[in-house]
Amino acid sequence: MIPFLAFLTGSELLWAAVGFGLIFGFLLHRGGVTDFDVIVRLFQFRDFTVLKVMMTAIAVGGVGIAILHGHDLAQYHIKATNLLAVGLGAAIFGVGMVLYGYCPGTGLAAVATGRLDALAGLAGMMVGGIVYALTFDWVAANILPVGAYGKLRLPELLGLPEWVCYAGLVVMTISVFALVNKAEKKTK
Amino acid sequence: MKNPRWNPYLVGVLIGLLSIVTFSVANKPLGMSTGLAQAAGACAMPILGSDQVAANTYWAKTAIPAWDYSTLFLVGTMAGALLSTLLCGVFKFSSESSVWTASFGPSKTKRLIAAFLGGIIIMYGARLADGCTSGHGISGCLQLAVSGWLFFIVMFASGIFTAKLLYGRSVQA
Repeated sequence: MIPFLAFLTGSELLWAAVGFGLIFGFLLHRGGVTDFDVIVRLFQFRDFTVLKVMMTAIAVGGVGIAILHGHDLAQYHIKATNLLAVGLGAAIFGVGMVLYGYCPGTGLAAVATGRLDALAGLAGMMVGGIVYALTFDWVAANILPVGAYGKLRLPELLGLPEWVCYAGLVVMTISVFALVNKAEKKTK
Repeated sequence: MKNPRWNPYLVGVLIGLLSIVTFSVANKPLGMSTGLAQAAGACAMPILGSDQVAANTYWAKTAIPAWDYSTLFLVGTMAGALLSTLLCGVFKFSSESSVWTASFGPSKTKRLIAAFLGGIIIMYGARLADGCTSGHGISGCLQLAVSGWLFFIVMFASGIFTAKLLYGRSVQA
């Protein structure tokens, strides 16, 4: 069933894509996360901007969408838990992110702020995308099926009610921010 | 230079609200790397030929090169970042960053080659994992998807390890 609120279709949806992207790119730049130093320093525990932006977005978006979902006003879009593919992919991604200095979204936004290294990396991402497509048949046969648990969510995995998991998410987010504030005070 | 940066918590709240809007009115999660994979398909056409691209299982089924929601979202993202830099007058062509320079020196060529290689690696990882910092990290985690949290944790651990290897010598930078 298509949720009642999802009224955008056809060409409206395409215009909305540009509009939503515009807001996203604007926010990435204003958040300071289109900066090489800000991103890399996260992994050295010297700048927590990326973590603050991401975890706030996860907590706010998570609770909001859960409420909408509870009233049948929004659908979930869960990606499959393919243990080997997600684990290996994320490990490779971490190496690439620290070498590139951006992630795919912030890199693309950084290109638009005039960063030439982000542009070189965008060319690299095109090559990486081509290499993946050319190796896809092998990956689909040998990597994707290993540890394939389908569209799994934490409430099912942990056997806990939805609201307990979301409360846990909020408590965890606040605790992480408290720790981050402590760490920031120490370095000042 | 004016400081264009907003409070990161405020930006996080606004991105969270944006994802609530996209989920509800467009039935779409925030995501980046699927659109980039589609763009890679478009870039492959002059190199491999459009028949080869059309015959590829991945481009034929998962990341069809087309002007659709995912790719237009990328166009919007670039326009939004450009608008933001122009509004506060900070648009500037550059490739310097202090963490990089402290470890590898001021050579621009070195930096651009490393960024290019990093781009290849990050995109391969993003497609293998079927998502990036937006698709898994934000959209996946906020739906409490196991795949999203697995991605977030492993990516973070791998990033810490890599940062130590690459930039560990210059912690003071």
